[in-house]
Amino acid sequence: MTSEALFSLALTIIFGALVSGTPLLFATLGEILAERSGVMNLGIEGMMLVGAMSGFATWFNTGNIWLGFLVGTLFGGLLSLLHAYITITLRADQVVSGLAVTFLGTGLSSILGAAYVGKKVPTPNTIIVPILNRISLQEVTVVLIGLVVAPLIWYYLNRTRPGLNLRSVGEYPSAADSLGINVYRIRYMYVIFGGLMAGLGGSAMSLVTDPGWVDGKTSGMGWIAVGLVIFASWDPLRGLWVAYFFGLLRRLPLDLQNPALPLISTANNPSIGRVMDMLPYLATIFILILGSREAMRKRLGAPAALGNPYIRGERGL
Amino acid sequence: MKIPGTSYQMRVETRLDNPGWMGAASAVLGIILALIVGGIVLRAAGATDPIGTYQEIFKEGYGTPADWQAGFHALLTNGDCPRGLLCFGPISDTLVKAAPILLTGLACLLAFRMKLWNIGADGQMFLGGLAATAVAVFIMPKDTDRSLMLILMAIAGSLAGLAYGLIPGFLKARLNINEIITTLMLNYVAYKLLEYFVVVGPWSIGDFESTGPFPKTATWPRLTEFAKSVPIFAGLTAHPGILLGIGVAIILAWIFYKSQWGYQIRVIGDNPRAAKYAGIDLPRNILLVMGLSGAIAGLAGMNEVAALRELNGRFQRGLGFTGVIVAWLARLNPLAAILVSILFGGLMVGTQLIQPQGISAMLQGVILFVVVGTELLFRYRIKLEKAEQIVINKAEAPHDK
Repeated sequence: MTSEALFSLALTIIFGALVSGTPLLFATLGEILAERSGVMNLGIEGMMLVGAMSGFATWFNTGNIWLGFLVGTLFGGLLSLLHAYITITLRADQVVSGLAVTFLGTGLSSILGAAYVGKKVPTPNTIIVPILNRISLQEVTVVLIGLVVAPLIWYYLNRTRPGLNLRSVGEYPSAADSLGINVYRIRYMYVIFGGLMAGLGGSAMSLVTDPGWVDGKTSGMGWIAVGLVIFASWDPLRGLWVAYFFGLLRRLPLDLQNPALPLISTANNPSIGRVMDMLPYLATIFILILGSREAMRKRLGAPAALGNPYIRGERGL
Repeated sequence: MKIPGTSYQMRVETRLDNPGWMGAASAVLGIILALIVGGIVLRAAGATDPIGTYQEIFKEGYGTPADWQAGFHALLTNGDCPRGLLCFGPISDTLVKAAPILLTGLACLLAFRMKLWNIGADGQMFLGGLAATAVAVFIMPKDTDRSLMLILMAIAGSLAGLAYGLIPGFLKARLNINEIITTLMLNYVAYKLLEYFVVVGPWSIGDFESTGPFPKTATWPRLTEFAKSVPIFAGLTAHPGILLGIGVAIILAWIFYKSQWGYQIRVIGDNPRAAKYAGIDLPRNILLVMGLSGAIAGLAGMNEVAALRELNGRFQRGLGFTGVIVAWLARLNPLAAILVSILFGGLMVGTQLIQPQGISAMLQGVILFVVVGTELLFRYRIKLEKAEQIVINKAEAPHDK
């Protein structure tokens, strides 16, 4: 194997990691904001699936990929509205409601997407770069959006007045309320924002990173995002790195099919591929273990009011 | 809050009691609402006659009254069923489907009762299926006594489930790691593990994604095997799996409502802080409950392979998730879970032949939503009462004159 080929392979893997980590990044960023406002949404997987399915269907029917993004994002947000209503207004259990969102999203996307399974849309424009010849304009755009959005969200959360309001609602809602901040409205806003981001992440998957629709397209990415939020200690910038790392783990089995790597090539030995496929999930558990140690040491923690419904005028946080 | 146009006002107050009928009411409401929403979605997906679709689901899942009547008549006279398989076929299939979701439902319910969110019944079930297969195909000789073989498979299945449940249990008890994420991640690991063994791996026969058929001794006896003495059983697939589930449900009910340990579990679930002050060992109970919960889910896996009579790449995913809904719909009552699982079994059988495929998952999601949404009604009472009118007493009112 020549050094040039190795260089090209390394670049492909790195860029591949950025591309396949980006949908995860969107979902993670959305969930970070929702959880910072005090509402846990375990429905990311369902919202991503609905986003992926509706986005792809739109693209397939209209031929406009950006319209696909818009529709997928909106449908993700629509589903999160349900979660917001049930957990914020009806004050029901956030865990169970989130699970219900996932069930509903899985079922809905499966029913409505049945007609689109295996359908293809003409391949997107490719940029001809000598080394990275497999990369499309859409991929570059999506990665750039992710790279820009994560620091922006960090800035918004940590350096602006609305960000401060958001954090206060997640830490001590009754104190925030006493300062005239509308707790319910803020929670609604960020749960819906989380849904929009999950929808965006899902549509990024079905439109760009892995174009097409099959049942259960996201294969647990939504759940991984929930885990990443914890590992990122609810910090958008940490979320960025973690998401890319997971993108790498997810891409690796694909990239290693390269027959140029005879020893570990998954093309020769499918069993290695199965083990590789387990990596993102095992790594999620592993980083949670690491994260728990760090959280104990640095006393990093979840937003204090995470998971608790806010009832105006009642005792408690 | 005053209701406009009337002299009544609505008041929301915290409920101190918890009437049992409300659980049933919210479950029924959930199902009805789910059917309505499901009908709308079916309509949107292109089905022309949603009500007809539901009738079909019901018929496929439970059979018609006429068929039941004919079946019982044949059973009493020990004759053949005039309508062939139609008599008890649907309910028999439904019981077969109900068995694994009853077991996974019980697994979830046990953990949920302690507010441990074991969403990993699916993975624990897969491990149980793998272990039971190992016993049936690779460890025990083919001519082992049937009941011994089935018992060994059940032990292997539950032990594997137990071990797989202890991993998140340990992480939760020791490092306080969110069990929702770990159990979920382990689901996907279990799926891949099964693929590794069976989807053309060390356990598959040639290029088939299967272990090949189990020896007969490693399979559940089915009703149809007794057709010689009871002719109406011919063709019926029902097997003792549902009895296994009912047995576990009764044991769990005893644990919950009669034993001291069950009381501890309920105290931890309702108020962990009080439990701590009462000297209940939290980490130990987390390990016990997660282990037992995994073991029950593992039994579901053993039940599935003994019923399918082989382990193949199409081993069904998602039964553990249905268990979550069964548990919640049963309001964490083990005996109610029996009814709920038979209801869901029928739904799954009925929707099997119907396209599109996801209808069962969607209906389950909507049911769960309504059940969790009506939770509010359990905790708060909405009272209608005569509005207290602010009337100024005429006697005290200042006179204009």
